[in-house]
Amino acid sequence: MTTRRDFLATSALAAGAMAVAALPAEAESLTRRLAPLTPRPHEQPPMDAPTRDLLMAALNSAKMSGASFADARIGRTRRNFVITREKQIIEIVDTDTMGCGVRALVDGCWGFAATRALTADGVASAGREAVAIAKANRVARDRSVELTPAPSLGERTWSTGFTIDPWTIPVEQKADLLLKANAEAMKVPGVKYVASQMFFVKEEKNYANTEGTVTAQTLVRSWAPMSITAISADFTDFQTRSNTVQPAGRGYEHILEADIVGNARKWGEEAAQKLKAKAVEPGRYDLVLHPSHLWLTIHESIGHPTELDRAYGYEANYAGTSFVSPPEKVLGTLKYGPEMLNVQGDRSQVGGCSTVGFDDEGVIPEDFLIIRNGVMNDYQTTREQANWLKWWYEKQGKAPRSHGCSYGDSWSSVQFQRMPNVSVLPGAKEQSYEDIIAATDKGIAIVGDGSFSIDQQRYNSQFGGQLFYEIKGGKVVGMLKDVAYQMRTPEFWNALDMLGGKKSYMLGASFFDGKGQPGQVNAVSHGCPPTRHRQINVINTGRKA
Amino acid sequence: MTSKFDTRAPKRLLDAADELVSRDEAQRVIEGAVKLSKADSVQVSLGGGRQRNVRFAANQMSTAGMVTDLSMVVSSSFGPKHAIVTTNDLSPEGIERAVRQSEAIARLAPDDPEAMPSLAQQDIAPLPAAWDEQTANLDAAACAQAALTALIPSRAKGNLQAAGFLQVDANVNSLGNSSGLFQYHRGTKSNYTLTVRTADGTGSGWAGAEEPKFGALDFAKISARAIEKAELSRNPVAIEPGRYTVILEPQAVGDLVSLVAFYADARAADEGRSPFVKQGGGNKLGEKIADERVALYSDPYDPKILADPFDGEGFPLTRRNWIDKGVLTEMQYGRFWARKQGKQPTGGANNIVLAGGNMTREQMIAGTQRGILVSRLWYLREVDPRTLLYTGLTRDGTFLIENGKITKSIKNMRFNESPLFMLNNLEALGPQERVAGIEAGIPCVMPLLKARDFNFTSLSDAV
Repeated sequence: MTTRRDFLATSALAAGAMAVAALPAEAESLTRRLAPLTPRPHEQPPMDAPTRDLLMAALNSAKMSGASFADARIGRTRRNFVITREKQIIEIVDTDTMGCGVRALVDGCWGFAATRALTADGVASAGREAVAIAKANRVARDRSVELTPAPSLGERTWSTGFTIDPWTIPVEQKADLLLKANAEAMKVPGVKYVASQMFFVKEEKNYANTEGTVTAQTLVRSWAPMSITAISADFTDFQTRSNTVQPAGRGYEHILEADIVGNARKWGEEAAQKLKAKAVEPGRYDLVLHPSHLWLTIHESIGHPTELDRAYGYEANYAGTSFVSPPEKVLGTLKYGPEMLNVQGDRSQVGGCSTVGFDDEGVIPEDFLIIRNGVMNDYQTTREQANWLKWWYEKQGKAPRSHGCSYGDSWSSVQFQRMPNVSVLPGAKEQSYEDIIAATDKGIAIVGDGSFSIDQQRYNSQFGGQLFYEIKGGKVVGMLKDVAYQMRTPEFWNALDMLGGKKSYMLGASFFDGKGQPGQVNAVSHGCPPTRHRQINVINTGRKA
Repeated sequence: MTSKFDTRAPKRLLDAADELVSRDEAQRVIEGAVKLSKADSVQVSLGGGRQRNVRFAANQMSTAGMVTDLSMVVSSSFGPKHAIVTTNDLSPEGIERAVRQSEAIARLAPDDPEAMPSLAQQDIAPLPAAWDEQTANLDAAACAQAALTALIPSRAKGNLQAAGFLQVDANVNSLGNSSGLFQYHRGTKSNYTLTVRTADGTGSGWAGAEEPKFGALDFAKISARAIEKAELSRNPVAIEPGRYTVILEPQAVGDLVSLVAFYADARAADEGRSPFVKQGGGNKLGEKIADERVALYSDPYDPKILADPFDGEGFPLTRRNWIDKGVLTEMQYGRFWARKQGKQPTGGANNIVLAGGNMTREQMIAGTQRGILVSRLWYLREVDPRTLLYTGLTRDGTFLIENGKITKSIKNMRFNESPLFMLNNLEALGPQERVAGIEAGIPCVMPLLKARDFNFTSLSDAV
């Protein structure tokens, strides 16, 4: 791939080992190259020698300075944004950042340093600085950090396996697709404004640690969100239909399959229809939640509270702690939901935004059940954390092992525990969203994610949505507006009484999930079938100024 | 082209400071990139810096780091076509590649009928006081000592758990363009936040501070405040959700009131999709939208909260009175919308200040028959953009006031409220402080604020 060649050229150049490559190659490629006619999944080439040498220089420097363990990451992250409104382009942005981050463990204390200087001297300085920070922190140490053993992987590679590299699609082709979609939405009476974008991320990650693991992988993510606003003729109301397409850990093929031009008019009609929707009567309703909505509720009420660092107070100063705590009192006993509720953590689902070959400390992630038959079963972990649950794993005859949830959002960010794909597994019975509506007497069906807010222990939350449909006697009788539901997590999941089957399972995703200090962003998918939850508290959010 | 950024020859990279580029160096590099350009017009910015941080939690050291980075943003235009490319490869080859690539993409871009010509040089008064040399060169030992100011007392008490974060930044921001404009600003910032929880999990207290100078942070005071709140907030009791008089600490005020400035965009209102849409069309500029004691402004030169004095196009930012005497006196006009509507462009807001009042905290509490003292808010999200209705929760210290006294720690509650309603229900304003941790991240100076009829809609068991 062009980008790979650029990466080689740049790092080789930085190492002073090679002459400068011809400059405009990348620019030219934008105009000339089109997606191949028969796309093949991308395959990751082995790590190039200059990059490998720099990683080793960083590790050697950290070891010589006194680190008992160190790892180094040389990463290149490219982002491409195409931003439009109505009939016009707003901006096209291409970003590119590259550098090296070194993490060192000294006497049970962490230190981290990152530099954009990709030279032997530059990365060695970072290695020394990481050790110096770790040493300075010993004065304040309480307990020593102890890493859970992980096998040395030797040299490995992995790729998302995208079939169309978004960087091979000419910019005018991307803009054209967005502007055509905008035009379709604008044909709907009442629709006055449309905003649409394409976001692409490509992470080229090179990793090595002092235990002999050396990995190279490429991750690509794609998203094309659209937001369509209809305004009432008298300027007393406006309604927006947005979050129309979910992000995925795939290439440009994801955008093409989403068919934004073909769907834009339908989305526009939904925005206009919301202006005429009936205001919801507050009260308790059976909620039928479409996967395009439910993924976010899973993210907030199951994904975050089952992060082990939160459960032990490590995020108390920002994102918060967790009601699923202390682990000693909830593992194997907390009834999160009914027996039909099984929740999986993984970094392996095809198209998942958190899907990787190796995590950012050289562990091959495994699939694990966070909730088994309705009962709390496991947490998301890294090598630092898996040891904390030794008693629990030993009880099941297993040695502690990291689930592979370490991630740093850039070469310049220290890696820590981030969310794998956390998904509600489909039910045994093959039933669809429509089947669940047909089985519901009085309820509200919710499509798409909207407003969301949840407390710092993940108990009390409030969720809106995109589209709300009133269900009476097993049929949708009309559209509602100003709907939000307020819930307490354990009650909400224990009120689950219907689960869609395998065919109804879909992935939703967050492209920008925040955690940590300094703040870091990750992308994560959540798969689920549609569900039904009995007697949930619904409020009306409409108020006059 | 300068060779200053040739990564083949770095000298003492992490302690020598190429990321803290001087004014002269920045100008030389930017002018070099502008000269390479073949576009009709080009804007080049150079920004980055050095960050040190230390994190601790569960009474234990967590992660700590130092990051240096510097990157260039090249925005090329051919008539109404434009595109932006950024890179942190600042070798001569890397810069040329970024310039060429932004030109190649811009040529292919569809026309932007709203494209504006680049700005000629703008006069800007410098802000030297924003920079502190000691802060820019802080070492790891000083960060570890800062962590100890919270860890020692929390460990000593035996029943407390401290979690905190210190981040010290030294940043440079500069830009120039092919019309001869050049702007440069550098500043330091020290931000410290601390959460102390009781070991039984029933109490939690938060405190924080933000200053340009590391030496101005009062670590002992922050520790004492967070510990006091944690202990006072233990064993909270439930009260019925509903409408209450509230006394919001400056931190909580910042989360809500900063929203007003963010939503005061003239274009969104003129288009009919904003809380500031006038009945029948147009915007509410000049209308009374809040209690007459409300004065909300942005000013990069305010000594309490110095900020970058120019925006991303080099446009000078000066004092903007968004609300004065309760009247919406200014709205944000970008350059295109200002031209279309026959207005002057305003630039955006790099900081937000709500004027205070002369009522003390003690007087506010003493004058409250029944109300709630709120330390901090959390997870604010838009519920209805028509009214600026937001939801969120209280956090880390929520107390009941009865007959002029704090009587109980109460459980946290979810609110559904609009800062516009709140600023109309204003009872009193108190002393201001620079706040350290609002969710939107923009620097704020906010007062203690008392308002009636604040709408709490449900209880939370979260501590």
